Parts: sequence; C-alpha cells; structure tokens
Amino acid sequence: MKPSGVMIHHYLLNGLRRMGINALDVCAGFGRASWFLLQSLTWGKGFKAPFARLVLQVYQLGVLSLPIILVAGLFVGMVLALQGYHVLVGYGSQEAVGQMVALSILREFGPVMSALLFAGRAGSALTAEIGLMKATEQLSAMEIMGVDPLKRIMAPRLWGGIICLPLLNLMFCVLGIYGGALVAVDMLGIYEGSYWANMQGSVEFYGDIVKGVIKSLVFALVVTWIAIFHGWNAQPTSQGISRATTATVVQASLAILALDFVLTAVLLGGF
Amino acid sequence: MANYVELKNVTFRRDGRLIFDDISLQIAKGKITSILGPSGTGKTTLLGLITGQLSPQSGEVLVAGLSVPDLPRPALFELRKKLSLLFQSGALFTDLSVFENVAFALREHTRLPEHMIRDLVLLRLENVGLRGAGQLMPSQLSGGMARRVALARSIVLDPELIMYDEPFTGQDPVSKGVLVKLIQSLNSESALTSILVSHDVDEALSISDYVYVLSHGQVIAAGTPQQLRQSDDQELKQFLFGLPDGPVSFHFPAKPLAEEVLA
Repeated sequence: MKPSGVMIHHYLLNGLRRMGINALDVCAGFGRASWFLLQSLTWGKGFKAPFARLVLQVYQLGVLSLPIILVAGLFVGMVLALQGYHVLVGYGSQEAVGQMVALSILREFGPVMSALLFAGRAGSALTAEIGLMKATEQLSAMEIMGVDPLKRIMAPRLWGGIICLPLLNLMFCVLGIYGGALVAVDMLGIYEGSYWANMQGSVEFYGDIVKGVIKSLVFALVVTWIAIFHGWNAQPTSQGISRATTATVVQASLAILALDFVLTAVLLGGF
Repeated sequence: MANYVELKNVTFRRDGRLIFDDISLQIAKGKITSILGPSGTGKTTLLGLITGQLSPQSGEVLVAGLSVPDLPRPALFELRKKLSLLFQSGALFTDLSVFENVAFALREHTRLPEHMIRDLVLLRLENVGLRGAGQLMPSQLSGGMARRVALARSIVLDPELIMYDEPFTGQDPVSKGVLVKLIQSLNSESALTSILVSHDVDEALSISDYVYVLSHGQVIAAGTPQQLRQSDDQELKQFLFGLPDGPVSFHFPAKPLAEEVLA
C-alpha cells in the first residue's frame, strides 16, 4: 500500500517533534553538566582536609596511571623512530629521525595518547566509583548530612585530573623520546650526537612544549568533567553504571580527538 | 503541640506516575511518628520530600518552619545539619572505617579537637553496642551491624529530627529488638523528633506515638496505635493484620491465569 499524503505529513511531523525533543534533552543535559562543572570547581571551606583529599586523588588518578602511560610512551617512541627511519632513509635524511620523533610526540602523540589512555584508565574508574557511590546511597547520605558531594567528592577528583594529565603527558613525552633514541641510536645505528642535536635545534620551548601542555590541560578538564558527570548522572543500577562507564570512554575519546583538531588550528593560528 | 514537619496538600508525580495525591500530614515535635503502608506506596519518597532531595509539583513541605522546596542550596545544606536519615541500606562510606564513618559529620561540621572527636565517636558506638568494632571496614560488617553503625553515624551530631527508612527490614529478631529499644531510648533521652518509615507493623506500632498509613498515594488512616487497631476500615485491617484477602489485591493486574496458560 502506498503511503498517502496525510500519512507522510504525519511521519514528517512526528520526526520533527522527536528531533525537537532530542534537541531540548541535549540542551538540558548540557545545561546540567555546565552547572555541575561550576559547582565542582570550588571546594568550600578549609584548606587542610581538601588538600589531603586532592593529594589522594593525585595518587589515584596520576600515580596509578603511570605504568600504562610510561610503557605506552616508550613503545610509541620506538615505533615512531622505526617508521620515521624507513621513510627518511630513502631521502638520505635519517639523521633527522630524532627531530621527527620529538616534534611528533611533543605536539601530537604525547597530549592525545596520554589523554586517551587517561580516559580509559582513570576516567572509567572515576565514573564507576562515583556511580557505585550513588547506587549505594553514599552520595545521598552525604547530602542528608549537610555535606555537598559536589565539593567533597567531585571537586578533588576534578582538580586531581587537571593536575595529573599534563604531568602524565610530559612523562609520556620523555619516555617516547627515550624510546625513539633506543631504536634509532642503539638498533639502527644513527649517530647519537645528531639524534639529540637535531632535536635540540628544532624543538621550541613555547611552540612545542608549552602548546602541548596547554592541549593536555584542556583535555584533562574535559575528560575529568565527562567522567565525574557521568558517574553523578548514572542510573543507580549495575546496568546504569556499565552504560555510564562506556559513555565516559566513548565521549571522552571523541572529545579529545575533536578538540585536538580545534586546538591545533587555534594554536597554529589557523583560524 | 508544635509540629516539626508539615506537609500541606502535597502532590508529587515521578515519571508521569502519581505518587502522592494532595496529601497532608503533621509530625509532632519530640514524638515518634510512623509512616506505614504496603511496599511501593512512596514512603521513602516522602522522606525525599522532607529532606529536599525531591520537590513536589504542588503543596508545601515545611521543616522546622522552613519551606524546603523554596530553600536555596546553601540554606538547604544548613537545614540538613539538623536532620538525619538512617538509610535502609545503611549507606556507609565504603572507603572509611566504622570509626571514621561515625566521625565523618563531626570532622565536616565542627572544629573539635581530635581527642574530643574520638570520645564522642566511642560514646555513640557504645550506644549501639559496637565500640569494639571501630577499626573494621563496612565490608566486614553483617547487615545488622552496618545498620547500627549507620544509626551511630546519624545521631553523632545530635540532630533535631531523625528519619528511619525501613530500619527493621532484613534484621534477625535480636537485632530487631535492639533497634526498637535504641529508637525508643534515643527519642526519650535526647528529645528527638522521629519519623519511622516501615512495613513492620508490630515493631512500629509498639514504639509510635502517632501513625499514618499510606496507600494509593493517599493517607488512608491516621491516629494513635490504639485507635488504628480498633478501626473497622477493611483496607487498614488487611494491612495491619496481614490478611491475604481484602480490598488490596496480592496480584498485579493481569489476565486470568487459566486464560493465559491454556491459550
């Protein structure tokens, strides 16, 4: 049976209505997430106890993420050196491999890879932890006791993430460059002096290192914000927590990649 | 007699479902008031309205003379320092020991020296018979012990109002008896106002000064335990005496069994 004009009109209207409802939901969700971020940026009265909580989060999010960051950094540097050498050797420019490894890692691989790994390791853990606290009514208990969970639970985690990720990024870069040296100098026989000297000559402190750290800071804020918001907003069931954890990893990863393009364009002066 | 909590013509819907339909009730200061009713009638939701975690679509919720839904966030947190809620699950902080769970509110809201915090926590743990369990973690406690620790935590700041959400559910007879005595003695010794939400009729009636029975989003009966026991209301009788036949059907609405099985 062919659909009549009235039916098509009805489907179109329904489609528009659903789009409108979804758009409103997205706006409301973004509004709630923004309010949540503003509330979580400050942690209320006192210094000693909040500082101790911040140190604990730096340990949980930063120190415990070190193994995966260091190992990943080392291997990324090694692979970059290997790939770079095989391309550059065709032009007789294999001595530039150190410069290529350093610039790639400091500008792109370091901030992006460390943020992706951070989202997978620490972001998912944050969402699951906060979601479970919600499911077991620990957040409600805190609220009833007159303690704001946004200040007590979320703020130290948010700031912990913002402090840790740039530092993890720098460690990723150091291990990556060292991994590149292991392959280029020790395996492929590039002269050690040219590996380091080319790097020293081409890497700029502001243009490469500081801009990489700026990217990392933005990624840290976005990833940690997404992670704690999904935990706070999770349905208090096992399925709800599983969904929230997945959403954290997917949304944070996509946000990192999309923001990387925007930040690169802005920092290079492309806009 | 002054009321500590008042609900006036409160209507509350969640996900399109009507939970309370224009209900009004008063909780007298210094008394134990029980809210009874079958599972799913919104007894815990009522506590959510009183603590300001939920807001009604219409009507007034007054606690200590303040309109809870209209309070800004800082004022609401200030009011909550005077309230306490014993959660059905206990809701202990799983990363803190029993001692630290009880000390939590003291550390957050007071500037007491450490030795005084220690003494207050030990006194509260002594009240619930768990002074020796201070160093245990919540995962090492039985359900009854966790509920008693949660009770110690909820009274450590000497609240003006304490709400118990299904305190007897899943408790063995000994723990149940201990909890009944604790609730009664706390109320009389500390001049607390207590709200007891439960479907354990005998325990609740034995210690209550006044009782509200909720069903289908409305207050179907209110009075002293004595008055309720003498009531002729069929629905109330069915609930109080646990009768299988009566106005409230045990089965969720469905097609007749024979029709569904033999179809």
